[in-house]
Amino acid sequence: MKNKSLSFTPHPPAMTSGLQKLALTVSGIGIVMVLVAGMARKALATVPVLWTALGLITIGVVLFIRSEYSRQPAGIRNNGVWFRSLSARGIWAWLVAVVLTGFYTALYFGPEKWFAGLTELFSPLSQMLRGRAADKWFVYGGLYTFSVLVMGLKFGFKYRHNRYQVLRTVSVSFFQLGFAFLVPAFMQLMNQPEFYFSYFWPLKDWYGTPSAVQYFSKFGIGPFLLLFGALMTFVATPVLTYFFGKRWYCSWVCGCGGLAETAGDPFRHLSDKSLKAWRLERWMIHSVLVAVVLMTALLWLNSWQKGGILGDFSRSFAQWYGYLIGMAFSGVVGVGFYPLMGSRVWCRFGCPQAAILGLLQKKRSKFRITVNGSQCISCGNCSTYCEMGIDVRHYAQRGQDVVRASCVGCGICAAVCPRGVLRLEGAGLDAGQRAEYLRNTKEPA
Amino acid sequence: MKIVILGNGISGITAARYIRKRSDHEIVVVSDESDEFFSRTALMYVYMGHMRERDIRPYEPWFWDKNRIRRQRARIARIDVAAKILYGTGGQEIGYDKLILATGSLPNRFGWPGQELDGVHSLYHLQDLEAMERHSAGLQRAVIVGGGLIGVEMAEMFHSRKIPVTFLVRESSFWNMVLPSEESAMVNRHLLEHHIDLRLSTELEAVLDDGQGKCRAAVTTSGETIDCGFVGLTVGVSPNIGFLRDAPLETNRGILVNTYLETNLPDIYAIGDCAELRDPQPGRRAIEAVWYTGRMMGEALAYTLTGDRTAYDPGIWFNSAKFFDIEYQVYGTITPDLPETQASLYWEHPDGRKSIRLNYERSAGRILGFNLMGIRYRQEVCEKWLHAGTSVETVLQQLGLANFDPEFSTQYECALIEQYNRQTGKSLRLRQKRSLPAVLQFLGNEK
Ligand SMILES: Cc1cc2nc3c(=O)[nH]c(=O)nc-3n(C[C@H](O)[C@H](O)[C@H](O)COP(=O)(O)OP(=O)(O)OC[C@H]3O[C@@H](n4cnc5c(N)ncnc54)[C@H](O)[C@@H]3O)c2cc1C
Ligand code: SF4
Repeated sequence: MKNKSLSFTPHPPAMTSGLQKLALTVSGIGIVMVLVAGMARKALATVPVLWTALGLITIGVVLFIRSEYSRQPAGIRNNGVWFRSLSARGIWAWLVAVVLTGFYTALYFGPEKWFAGLTELFSPLSQMLRGRAADKWFVYGGLYTFSVLVMGLKFGFKYRHNRYQVLRTVSVSFFQLGFAFLVPAFMQLMNQPEFYFSYFWPLKDWYGTPSAVQYFSKFGIGPFLLLFGALMTFVATPVLTYFFGKRWYCSWVCGCGGLAETAGDPFRHLSDKSLKAWRLERWMIHSVLVAVVLMTALLWLNSWQKGGILGDFSRSFAQWYGYLIGMAFSGVVGVGFYPLMGSRVWCRFGCPQAAILGLLQKKRSKFRITVNGSQCISCGNCSTYCEMGIDVRHYAQRGQDVVRASCVGCGICAAVCPRGVLRLEGAGLDAGQRAEYLRNTKEPA
Repeated sequence: MKIVILGNGISGITAARYIRKRSDHEIVVVSDESDEFFSRTALMYVYMGHMRERDIRPYEPWFWDKNRIRRQRARIARIDVAAKILYGTGGQEIGYDKLILATGSLPNRFGWPGQELDGVHSLYHLQDLEAMERHSAGLQRAVIVGGGLIGVEMAEMFHSRKIPVTFLVRESSFWNMVLPSEESAMVNRHLLEHHIDLRLSTELEAVLDDGQGKCRAAVTTSGETIDCGFVGLTVGVSPNIGFLRDAPLETNRGILVNTYLETNLPDIYAIGDCAELRDPQPGRRAIEAVWYTGRMMGEALAYTLTGDRTAYDPGIWFNSAKFFDIEYQVYGTITPDLPETQASLYWEHPDGRKSIRLNYERSAGRILGFNLMGIRYRQEVCEKWLHAGTSVETVLQQLGLANFDPEFSTQYECALIEQYNRQTGKSLRLRQKRSLPAVLQFLGNEK
């Protein structure tokens, strides 16, 4: 899918140096090793193979960091983003998309035995951490965490001159490794339920259902976990969002956000910035929110009625929600389509947590992106590199604060702006009010 | 009423947007360059692969139809001011009731031998970008002539493609007719850090032909011959008014206009780079070829044409740019050679890539200007201080109000104050740290 608007560059210049090709090859070998070993079962599924593979991937990434970022002064390095096949929807992008989509489809919809090799590969680690053999979800969690950490290293180096970006990357890496990988494993080791402290209802929709309550109540620690979940959903979410905006979660804590900000960073510019996409986004994300609320309510109604009126309806509704939203949308499309539609497809069009946080951010939050007077030169870097597809320039060139439900506060617009026009901040005033004030005083067309 | 706007750059398009916002006049925008408005300031990012050409267009295609702004592609060769008709080179005839000239600039060329060779180009129009692209494949070296903002952009462009660059700068230090010496030296250092072959106090003598009409080398005034397949001429721009020669329009370097942007002819106005003010405000130039002034002119004129006669008021001077990785912002008056009556407070970070300069009146201490490298300040706050002529000591103590750097970045206000205290023997302290609520209160728009 060659991009027509690359009219200046019918033959994109080669931006990838020999060293970088070597780096990518080394990483590629590592990835292939994981896949092959995963499929080959016993023979190759040994501990040294796993660590060699992960080691190779890491070495490749480090080599790439050295040649692309760390051997020149720190600064914005988006050179050739639209020329490289992998980041400009070229042949490599399609290849990666197909592999990723295939992997996710197999993971969610395929039988456990397809992952027998990979689980064997990961079992020693699983034994150590959880005191039991690996299953495909442990494999997935391991690979996911590894991706966040290694690509987080790359992202952190790319923006090493920007402390906000560095801290944010440390934070998502910490929450992914600690709260979405090690703590749940450790809890299993202690014969406690596997609980993810960094996910709450409605993103983790199951945590809000009667069956989860039933399940957790069986453990001594259960009430505490349920209370924690409820507090996060109903107290921490509105309070933190009031002070910091949606970003406290979406670009500092959340695992989906964590992957998007690290492994997904090379694809952030692929999000659609059109007004049409924004319309679709609002329609879709709120539909998912309605669906999850409805589903949860039905499940409770059903359990209260002991299946009296609804029969099997609420369960099959929940099942379909799980297939369509939880698996197909958030997994297969959400990550599989990174190289084609950008890194935040799920966060933007589907995530019910993001929908709630977004409504709060828009109506009840101090957070906004402020604009520095009239300094904007309408260049478009901010909009291009917005992973959520917000047309930041639209606001910036009019001198208006950006107050948008979808903004996850990644801060990249402010980083890439060549004129220092944007700043993420919060004021004691209602965000919407100030935006309206500015709108009325600047008279835009 | 039919308003025809000649030129679809920032000035013309801003005028069109505001006229539409305020009226139902028929609007036609004519351009020979592109069907759609694009950000000229962002051309470099297309070449560097940060954005595609369509990404530097600030409005989606539907915007023009929705706002009934008609776009016409034509090169206008002549204007009949009596009949009120524009004549295009393709035989087009475009009648108007009011005409806005917003034709921008053309890059300067000073008659160097060989300047017409293939491979000798400036950077202004989309077509120049195409030329750079055409010559880039296999290019061994580019020589850039002219130490200004566009020159440094061109250097960064080639550098991003790993094409070695020799940068000929007439002055003894980069852009030192605008930047004070410390900031200028900082840019020199930064260019070297990026392996730009910077030749100060060096000018172009001639460009050599390879025998086939293509550029082969550049000869400098120091007699050196530098092999190169491309010579970039970035020695300033001049108003693009050549095609108006035969019209009875008063011109000097640009189209002469009064503060209402009216030319000497009724119903004809000029804005942006091509306009020359008859009476610029004190301390300001008659032609200021920057994005911001073009935008302000477009807005002011739109008010006039929609029944609200409004003088063009450029306000307090500001500008910004980026030298590779170093951002630059200026508010107010900063002159490279400090007049006797002024004093300057300058602080530079030990890393040599950030600095803050405050210029003020020596006697009364009134603040006159801010010059920032690698640090962002809030425009509205600086403007308010400059308008009010606030004393430098008040500014220093309140300096957190101006800070616009990203969250968690180190704040250097205290370092600047220490510098002031060292220089003057005073003992000021910072009273106001970075804070948006405080800023809103200060600006008085907290409603
Ligand atoms: C590479 C580059 C970087 C820049 N960066 C900055 C920056 O960072 N900050 C800043 O403040 N300024 C910057 N500038 C300057 C700024 O871009 C200009 O001041 C501004 O674009 C001028 O706008 P304008 O609307 O007056 O004219 P233009 O943008 O030049 O628009 C005029 C249009 O009219 C067309 N036209 C002219 N004559 C005719 C005719 N006879 N028939 C038909 N069409 C015609 C031209 O082809 C052109 O499309 C930069 C300029 C360049 C070239
Ligand atoms: S990146 Fe900065 S200058 Fe460019 S459009 Fe966005 S806000 Fe304006």
